Amino acid sequence: MPLPTGETIGILTDNLRIRNSVLPISAKKAAGWAKSLDLPKGGETILYTGLMYQLIPYIAAMSKAQEKIEDSWLAGFIKIGRYLNKAINISAFMAVPSKNMRAAYNQILVDIVRLLRRAGVGFGYLYGEELYSGALVYDLGMDDVFEAHARKVYHLFKKYGVKKVITVDPHSTNMLKSVYPSFIKEYDLEVKSYLEVLAERNLEPENKLGMEVVIHDSCVYARAEGVLSEPRTLLAKAGIIVKEPADAGKFTFCCGGPAESLFPKKAAANAGKRVEQIKKAAKNGVTMCPVCFVNLQKAAGGEVFLKDISSYLAEAYCAKNSIV
Amino acid sequence: MLVNPDFVDEVKRSEEFNASACMNCGVCTAVCPMGIELLPRKLFRYVLLGIKDRVLENVETIYSCLLCRMCEANCPAKVRIAENVRTLRYYINKKVFKL
Repeated sequence: MPLPTGETIGILTDNLRIRNSVLPISAKKAAGWAKSLDLPKGGETILYTGLMYQLIPYIAAMSKAQEKIEDSWLAGFIKIGRYLNKAINISAFMAVPSKNMRAAYNQILVDIVRLLRRAGVGFGYLYGEELYSGALVYDLGMDDVFEAHARKVYHLFKKYGVKKVITVDPHSTNMLKSVYPSFIKEYDLEVKSYLEVLAERNLEPENKLGMEVVIHDSCVYARAEGVLSEPRTLLAKAGIIVKEPADAGKFTFCCGGPAESLFPKKAAANAGKRVEQIKKAAKNGVTMCPVCFVNLQKAAGGEVFLKDISSYLAEAYCAKNSIV
Repeated sequence: MLVNPDFVDEVKRSEEFNASACMNCGVCTAVCPMGIELLPRKLFRYVLLGIKDRVLENVETIYSCLLCRMCEANCPAKVRIAENVRTLRYYINKKVFKL
């Protein structure tokens, strides 16, 4: 039996409505990556993580559990799970990621801070108060719950006097930049991806990396937000020879990640097709979305060495081990 | 086969649902990374014709769409395919799943 679609959407939506995230994690775990960075809380310009990089290790652990349930007799119990989940956060028991994976995803956020500091950008952070954007619930078509949540996020920004938001991933960028304004009439925030912010600053690298890397564009950056030249410019200036796979740029081939919450096997099959295209172009790859990163890395199985773009950029543009 | 001419009005929430702009060329089907043969042209046709049963028989397909917009990037008729799929999900969430 496949995962029951209605009940699974119900659990994800209940979580957003009751616990502010599709996969709730504690404020300590969500903001722990920033503890030694001395970022001010709030301010006119903030870095908004949307909890995406922090959530991925938990989503990966949850998805492993889901894969075991999918097509087994256990799938029939998800209905009961939904009732239980209203009272107890069941994902806290099902999604236990490895420390190493959490550390690797946290490092991506640290590297983004290092890059922005290197570019002379000043910004704050909302720490444990930061909220998930609601992207998955929007994609699943639960617009009423999504709208209520979007308003909550917007009011939180207003409470801290935020005017400009720097995002770190394509899904949160798309929500805050293009989707929220269609739900919130008075919406007045300026939103930019950190890649756009860095590209504007015309940074000079500390080290030239001198390697070939195949680029995997995020569907959302490429087709919804037009973020195409920025990653290429930043990588090229870092001394990277950017190789294009089949289906690149505006016509990038989806990693399959958006199917993960309901159909993990379909997501994996799609990622496998994309890895085949990537490995024909080069042995090192770069992604710019946490969903693409985890999904493709799982499918790559050591055939392609993938890194998030922030890792390459920090290596090139930041002095070794610099925090400031 | 039951046909309900009011079905499209039941589904669409605004003029954003522009399935009628589809000219049935099949580019969307050809480029779909998931190889979804049904989406979006046949599915939208079912909605426009009011063949509700056919739409509801294909719930898994509707939720399998990645919303990656590869079809939209190639669509010569500028159909807002991803938004139309989301509209169908909204309808199914309310009417079928009672969410």
